[in-house]
Amino acid sequence: MVACANAAEIRIGYLRQMQSKAHLSLIKIPADDDGLAGARLAISDDNTTGKFLNQQFSLEDARVGEGDDPAAATLALAERGVALVLADLPADALLKAAAAGRTRDLLFFNVGAIDDRLREEECRGNVIHVAPTRSMLADALAQYLVWKQWRRWFLIVGSHPPDKLYADALRRSAKRFGARLVQEKVFEDTGGARRTDSGIAQIQRQLPVFTQGAPAYDVLVAADESEVFASYLPYRTWDPRPVAGSAGLIATTWDAAHDQWGAVQMQSRFMKMFGRRMGARDMQAWTGVRMIGESASRTLSVDPRALLDFLRGPEFALAAFKGQRLTLRDWNLQLRQPILLSDGTMVVSVSPQEGFMHQVSELDTLGVDRPETKCRLN
Amino acid sequence: MIPTRPPSASTLPLAGKGLIWRASLLGAGLLVLIHAHASALTAYVSNEKSNSVSVIDVDKLAVVKTIKVGQRPRGIELSKDGKFILVAVGDDDTIQMIDSNTHEIVATLPSGPDPELFAQDPSGKILYVANESDNTVTIIDMTTRARIGEVQVGVEPEGMGLSPDGKILVNTSETTNMAHFIDTQTRQIVANVLVDARPRFAQFKPDGSELWVSSEIGGTVSVIDPVKHEVTAKIAFEIPGLRKEAIQAVGIAISNDGRTAFVALGPANRVAVINAATHAVEKYLLVGQRVWHMAFTPDEKYLLTTNGVSNDVSVIDVASLKVIKTIQVGELPWGVAISRQ
Repeated sequence: MVACANAAEIRIGYLRQMQSKAHLSLIKIPADDDGLAGARLAISDDNTTGKFLNQQFSLEDARVGEGDDPAAATLALAERGVALVLADLPADALLKAAAAGRTRDLLFFNVGAIDDRLREEECRGNVIHVAPTRSMLADALAQYLVWKQWRRWFLIVGSHPPDKLYADALRRSAKRFGARLVQEKVFEDTGGARRTDSGIAQIQRQLPVFTQGAPAYDVLVAADESEVFASYLPYRTWDPRPVAGSAGLIATTWDAAHDQWGAVQMQSRFMKMFGRRMGARDMQAWTGVRMIGESASRTLSVDPRALLDFLRGPEFALAAFKGQRLTLRDWNLQLRQPILLSDGTMVVSVSPQEGFMHQVSELDTLGVDRPETKCRLN
Repeated sequence: MIPTRPPSASTLPLAGKGLIWRASLLGAGLLVLIHAHASALTAYVSNEKSNSVSVIDVDKLAVVKTIKVGQRPRGIELSKDGKFILVAVGDDDTIQMIDSNTHEIVATLPSGPDPELFAQDPSGKILYVANESDNTVTIIDMTTRARIGEVQVGVEPEGMGLSPDGKILVNTSETTNMAHFIDTQTRQIVANVLVDARPRFAQFKPDGSELWVSSEIGGTVSVIDPVKHEVTAKIAFEIPGLRKEAIQAVGIAISNDGRTAFVALGPANRVAVINAATHAVEKYLLVGQRVWHMAFTPDEKYLLTTNGVSNDVSVIDVASLKVIKTIQVGELPWGVAISRQ
């Protein structure tokens, strides 16, 4: 038991840039509090624990617009006594925030950016990554497709940079796990609205033609983080084939349908508190705030340095409704975690798949492993 | 609390020979019928997915009946008087009482939302229920079958262990990662002890000298001094060829003499046999897949384990430490309780 009389206060900043609302499917459009709600639920969970340990957690929402300076927003949080920051920012903004935070000893938890470079060439000693990487997501999907013996892939890539990054990750995964790209095609974004009153009529004619003439393949894999075309593919391919990647079977950290390993409790707590279903970003933020709560309760400290030492050490293990402990890769501060594969209605499987072995942790079969890392923490 | 052992396991005379002898005069068909009644022991297994309870004749080591129950049955225990099987049906937000003679559901208890595990006080008059979804332990008077109080605990309360003298109730909370010590007189929390991630089950030694708490995700058992409220030892498990994430500690069963403990290791598909005095792991017994909870027969001849993924129950012969039988039950067997009838 902690001895001090006054509760130790732990203020957590939630630094975020609003996400794009451009989605093909209406039900995929993120809520205004996407992510933030997960953090709020975790604050409530941490405070339930905290009341037994005399620790009190609070959250401060700080929004940055696209043109705003994330460094200034970071320093403003520091001025208000925040030492721990959940960051839901694009990669470059996160790097700016982390650089500014370094001068004030802030510790960041990246809950939004999936870019591998943030854990590799541009890894930072004060940024813990709760969000998975593209390579982890791609590996999770690839392991399942290979387990299904769907080894011949037809890859369709969007024309925007994030689409290309996801395609790179998918190509790497295919090579790692023994799948083959029998054809690649780029889907050019020629602009235009995602919503029209009679759009389906055209899409239904265009997509079969676009996917016509491919060599024999087992599964169509789409890389379309920009939400331009992938969701149009299922049921419209020339050959009757399943779709995976950015539509169809999707790799994610959370799905509103996930109900294993006690997840129903989490889903119902979230629904009760926010009146909507829980998404991946909510889960990533919940996990980030729980990592803070967990390390604070174990160390009885509020010092970011002590929390970081605990989180990257051998004692840290987080339960997050994934059937096994989540731990931190100490070489780049990436959270090890199982990845769900969802079809939008059900969780189809959870990777790593059985049979993909690893000498340290099977979770390290997902993403860039220690021997390949380009990260040098400083 | 599961596994359950009715108190004073020693001396009930094996029901018996007289009945069978009489039965034999009445013909073979009736013999079977009466033998079923005369059978010393019956095990009840909650099947989380099937919404049923499998009834196992422990003499025959075979399922003799399946009882349909509410949705998502998990925690299962015999009432102290042996008249009822209590089964928590979480998705129906209640605990059902099954008459142990007729196997009919005869009543429900106001358990609060999403009950999972529960514990009875030594007299059998009070039932303490962990409500996973609202951070509460609900207290029920078994005589009036009414809710008489509640205690606020950590996030996702699960394990429930009562000290042998009934004075201290220990509840574990899965997301808070604590064992909460509750004074059963004042119904106040008197201490909180941090344990490893996702604590699942709490079990006092029969002499009350130690409290054991299993951590599913942490993969350990914390041994706690119930007076000082300190973790005095931590039992870890290592199984060659198994990754550490697959070793998850769940159910705990400690023999009446306090010498031997068994810990179910979930997806490791093994039960650890532990010298309860030294806390040394002495052996791992291979059982079915995702072994969850366990119960001794009252004479401690057998230990039954529920194996969720393989849909079966393993029967461990306690003296030889060998698995002697596997019994198919319903889908996702979760808990087990054993009665004398």
